[in-house]
Amino acid sequence: MTRHDSVLDLIGGTPLVGIHALSPNPDVRIWAKLEGQNPGGSSKDRIARQMVQMAEADGILTPGSGQIILEPSSGNTGIGLALVAKLRGYRLRVVLPDNVSIERRQLLQIFGAEVVASPGAEGSNGAIRRAEQLAAEDDSLVLLFQYGNPANPLAHYTTTGPEILADCPEVDVFCAGLGTSGTLMGVGRFLKEHKPDLVVVAVEPPAGELVQGLRNLDDGFVPPIFDPDVLDRKMIVRPRESIEWTRRLLSSCGVFAGISSGAAVAGAVKYAASMTSGTIVVLLPDGGWKYLSSGAWTDDLDVVEERAQRINYW
Amino acid sequence: MAVDIKLPTVLRTHADGQASIAVEGATIGDVFADLVERYPGLKANLIGDDGGLHKFVNVYVNDDDIRYLQQLDTKLADGDVISILPAVAGGAI
Repeated sequence: MTRHDSVLDLIGGTPLVGIHALSPNPDVRIWAKLEGQNPGGSSKDRIARQMVQMAEADGILTPGSGQIILEPSSGNTGIGLALVAKLRGYRLRVVLPDNVSIERRQLLQIFGAEVVASPGAEGSNGAIRRAEQLAAEDDSLVLLFQYGNPANPLAHYTTTGPEILADCPEVDVFCAGLGTSGTLMGVGRFLKEHKPDLVVVAVEPPAGELVQGLRNLDDGFVPPIFDPDVLDRKMIVRPRESIEWTRRLLSSCGVFAGISSGAAVAGAVKYAASMTSGTIVVLLPDGGWKYLSSGAWTDDLDVVEERAQRINYW
Repeated sequence: MAVDIKLPTVLRTHADGQASIAVEGATIGDVFADLVERYPGLKANLIGDDGGLHKFVNVYVNDDDIRYLQQLDTKLADGDVISILPAVAGGAI
């Protein structure tokens, strides 16, 4: 379909592209799902649409009402929600850590979102706490809360997963980054129902080291939607590797993707090295546009790595 | 096996402020037993009430989460690096 009534109809249906040149083994094929092709520029458009639709179905949101949606986000969910909110007649308030890349803040503003800053040193945990506090103080705010909202994994269960199975029925391994866990839960559950031997590999940033605000372990956080049993493997990919693979995606495959995509590919490549043959699908959450200011492709690797300690590119 | 354990900032107060500790053991469980004997304050932060890992702790051997290896029975090789990180919200959200 090439003609649509609404931008919201453009969400999903993203392509797979071969990045086999990055595979350590010619018998292991790697396909990248380009979520940057979504209209808001990331996979988060899917969950934004689903969360709003479910809230409308439940009577929590009324289209055209100008109600205020509140969400903690480091950028992509906020941008997706801003797009959906604009078209469905809501306002959006995003709690954004103050150390995210400048492009994300700019995008949120031009999409019409109101930005509330949370301390960057407290990471996403800080943004969550601030959002919960704001919601508790004003019950007219609608906190959709991607970490705990079943619409998040459901969006991937009903769209991303079926797309992958239809486009790549031979998939053996699904690899994606772990944030809210919505992508891994939704896609993982769907694919395992159809392919019981499928392996789900999660890649995560070493965020713990950045969270200086953590006073003790009991301030820790596991997203309510996270079910550890859906995963088969979980590994850390460090900022330097993420940037290196983000560069290789562009230089070897012509794929211009964000830094968390580089991390997901690093994980897929590591896992590929343990396979004798087979097919991996790796999800690239967004394109590279929002990270130009990071110098990821242009500056010295040591400089970018050092900057990545201070600025949240995830 | 001689391995290094890297502690997150939030746990260092229980280990005389050290960021990295050299320990001996054939499995993660052995190494943790050695560690909590030397630094008893760490015990409640590593092990939950059920005897398994504390729910807000992630333990990695060379970047692989041990919950998806053999948990506390995960075997170690000389030179392995064990990282303990608190579970926090992260990712491109």
